[in-house]
Amino acid sequence: MVCDDNSRLLHGYLDGELDLIRSLEIEEHLKTCPDCAQQLWGQQTLRKAFRSSNLYERAPSGLAVRIRASLSQEVEPEADATSQPKPISILTPRPKVWNWLAVAATILLAALLTWRALPGVGGRGNSDLVAQELVASHIRSLQPGHLFDVQSTDQHTVKPWFNGKLDFSPPVRDLTEEGFPLIGGRLDYIDHRAVAALVYQRRQHLINVFIWPAEKQTDNNLHSESSQGYNMVVWERDGMYLCAVSDLSTGELQQFAQLIEK
Amino acid sequence: MPNAMQAVGNAGRFEEVVLPHLDAAYNLARWLVRNTHDAEDVVQEACLRAFRFFGGFQGGDPRAWLLKIVRNTSYSFLEKNRPVALAEEFNEQVHVRDVPAFDAEAIMVRDVESRMLRESLEELPVNFREVVVLRELEGLSYKEIAEMIGVPIGTVMSSLARGRDRLRESLLRARAREGTRGL
Repeated sequence: MVCDDNSRLLHGYLDGELDLIRSLEIEEHLKTCPDCAQQLWGQQTLRKAFRSSNLYERAPSGLAVRIRASLSQEVEPEADATSQPKPISILTPRPKVWNWLAVAATILLAALLTWRALPGVGGRGNSDLVAQELVASHIRSLQPGHLFDVQSTDQHTVKPWFNGKLDFSPPVRDLTEEGFPLIGGRLDYIDHRAVAALVYQRRQHLINVFIWPAEKQTDNNLHSESSQGYNMVVWERDGMYLCAVSDLSTGELQQFAQLIEK
Repeated sequence: MPNAMQAVGNAGRFEEVVLPHLDAAYNLARWLVRNTHDAEDVVQEACLRAFRFFGGFQGGDPRAWLLKIVRNTSYSFLEKNRPVALAEEFNEQVHVRDVPAFDAEAIMVRDVESRMLRESLEELPVNFREVVVLRELEGLSYKEIAEMIGVPIGTVMSSLARGRDRLRESLLRARAREGTRGL
């Protein structure tokens, strides 16, 4: 294999975007080519730097206000406005309309966008980053071939599979009768530590339940958040954190969490 | 006015479906236009456009749909206001395979700082910067990125490879510079 081709493919490999055959070829090549192994290592370092960086730029809170205001203008055009859409320019900021409807809607929106504290996993415990990682991991798991390491609807197969792979034993429960069949499990890596991920199904939706030991005991209230259109419910039980991530509604996800707890 | 009720209903659905992705929209705009104030204007403009096109939204991933509009709006903004930023060329003379001295890499492992990464990413030409941001910060797949920017998946991989190589190289140089200043 020629290294010039591989330097490009290494990125596909790093991103989990290669098919199985290509991945195996790259792995074979890495065993014999220190140069490429070094490249890969450098890229992994760069990725770690991204993961622990604060480069993700969140929208300032006032922006939602402005957008909501300009949308309400769209919905209720002024009396003298023509039916033609008004030409808009990025150069000219639109006038701010502070009607009560916009303000009320904005408060609601701010509530939706607010991140609540999520417990840290291993290292830094930056809750936003952990939440991002959990959602990213959920999304990655939905890509072909990334969902399970062990595919089974049997909790007695899934639970022992984790033996020796983790330094804790995750609680595994099948909820087929309740409408949330367990379909498998895998190892995942969040915030610098290995965690268990259990995969459940609800109709056409998948739920990832990430499990890791809690560092200190806290109350076990359920709380929910959402990110990138995915919802998340986090709770604590028997010294472990459980976090369910899915595109299901928060309501259904909380119902699911309560079933696991029964 | 029969459209008014419909418009109000649309506004509600729009808020529910699209506005949860405001952070993603802002993050992309901020990294494309490299300025917080312009990014806010771009996102506001993009949301208005998205709202007007919302009737044509066929379902699918609303985040990808919104990001595509944000990207187009950002490029329109750059064409209009920062044509120089679009013309930035990638300096092909530096080839990363020449760079990675093992010691320098080892320094990188210990403490690559966010600030240096930020500066290096800011310096990247926009077409490489965007794939790195979409992949590393937004976590999109190659396929999603390819669809968003309208190129083949192989091109996404190549752009990522070159963008990341350039980032590493500029981080190593930044480290070396700071090192000589005794920081």
